[in-house]
Amino acid sequence: MLRDITIGQYYSVDSIIHRLDPRIKIIGSIIYIISLFVVGKWQGYLVAAFFLMIMIKLSKVPFKYMVKGLKSIVMIMMITVIFNLFLTKGDALVTLGPLKITMQGVQVAINMAVRLVLLVLGSSLMTYTTTPNALTDGLERVFAPLKVIKVPVNDMAMMMSIALRFIPILMDETDKIIKAQQARGADFETGSFMKRAKAMVPILIPLFVSAFKRANDLAMAMEARCYRGGDGRTRMRPLKYKKRDYVAWVILITYLIGMIILGQILRSI
Amino acid sequence: MKIVLKNVTYEYGNNGGDSGNRKKALDNVNITVNEGDFIGLIGRTGSGKSTLIQHLNGLLKATSGRIEVDGKNIYDEDYKLVELRKKVGLVFQYPEYQLFEETVLKDVEFGPKNLGIEGDELEKTAKEALEATGLDEKFYSASPFELSGGQKRRVAIAGILAMRPKVMILDEPTAGLDPGGRNEILGLIKKLHDEQKITIILVSHSMEDVAEYVSRLIVMEDGRVKYDSTPREVFKNIKELEKSGLAAPEVSYIMSELKQAGLEVKAEAITIEEAKNEILSALRKK
Repeated sequence: MLRDITIGQYYSVDSIIHRLDPRIKIIGSIIYIISLFVVGKWQGYLVAAFFLMIMIKLSKVPFKYMVKGLKSIVMIMMITVIFNLFLTKGDALVTLGPLKITMQGVQVAINMAVRLVLLVLGSSLMTYTTTPNALTDGLERVFAPLKVIKVPVNDMAMMMSIALRFIPILMDETDKIIKAQQARGADFETGSFMKRAKAMVPILIPLFVSAFKRANDLAMAMEARCYRGGDGRTRMRPLKYKKRDYVAWVILITYLIGMIILGQILRSI
Repeated sequence: MKIVLKNVTYEYGNNGGDSGNRKKALDNVNITVNEGDFIGLIGRTGSGKSTLIQHLNGLLKATSGRIEVDGKNIYDEDYKLVELRKKVGLVFQYPEYQLFEETVLKDVEFGPKNLGIEGDELEKTAKEALEATGLDEKFYSASPFELSGGQKRRVAIAGILAMRPKVMILDEPTAGLDPGGRNEILGLIKKLHDEQKITIILVSHSMEDVAEYVSRLIVMEDGRVKYDSTPREVFKNIKELEKSGLAAPEVSYIMSELKQAGLEVKAEAITIEEAKNEILSALRKK
């Protein structure tokens, strides 16, 4: 059941998108998100969706797999849609007692839902096509300028890569502990909310104990190999732009400028 | 209590379970576990041992095939899995990681409490189980996290034992223990089998251990049952066992070398005791 969570995971195939420099993919995602906000109309979203479709196609990640990641945001989406539907002022379409659905509300709600879907698909494309290691390398480089204002970028990148690395391990561990407690007759599925919350204790305590133990062991292993913070560390595979990365930059910047212009045009009509 | 597995197959998929890349962890397994058996289960890593034992108390559900416990199909709608888990106790590998309570006694009480046992009866059951594992009484009120590895493992086994199972499955109960701890745990398991008449299924990587303790040996390979017989019969197939990444107990290698060197011994001995007697009688004959 824990394995059903696909959002934020890496999907291993070989494609042009997978081979791109992680820095481009990170900045590309940010640009994509910005572009969704500079065009506020459906024509703009259509272009953005079209652009994303091409990227997904190029990435060779099955579309079905991408959509599965959306399941986890259904709740957030519902809440956004419902709030916008009822709380936007304008001409009433339907009136339900004190609540009314307005024409403008429907518009805003649809726009919001589409924007959210595109946003999540766009950013999950980055995580699907970038290994956690490449991702942290990329983040470290993208945020390197922040070192000037004393942000510990290296340490944060290290923490992030460790955290990412531990997700599957802790998931396996949780699975094992759940089974072990089930074998002792524990019941996690029935009973009131309080009863089920209490039933989590036999899972959480062993999980925390083992997580701390692992953290301890890992710290020891890192010290044994002379880790002393990120400053001055060199890399086995330094990030280097290749021809395809420059092409990607050109495409991205063209896309952004195009979207800004499109946004202006749509606003003026 | 009798457990019958009929054509049990278990498949699992990766990448969201597209039918294209499903793997068979169990492939048409047929096993009958009889009351009073002392079964050893061996096989290399990934041969399906752990998957198999998780089927026996309903933690995993077979993709096809059926499992009958005392003649009842456990996959029937109205079958209560809690009942099954009460009868079939499963001690996982490194069971000490499941401990969570403040005191040893409370932790052992967790299982029977889930089965609805309460009050004095609950404490009595837990204490009996702890006594059976031979853990010193002074530890009963200690925190399980303060104990040594071997002691923790006893507490974890007591936690299952307190549910009074008829069948007990242990997944490599000696992994990570020192030789002293190993012998204690194995001795404990033998005692449970002999005195409390609990059916035992012991998953192990040690050929010596299974040769010494079990009366029936099941060898798994690629999700299938390769051998199911007495240890003596199984260990006759040394060549085949080695091909599946296993081996015979070390004494049987010594015995076959001795035989080749001209000493008149039967190469069938699989425990040190047998080998000793064999060699002594061969030497006396000379």
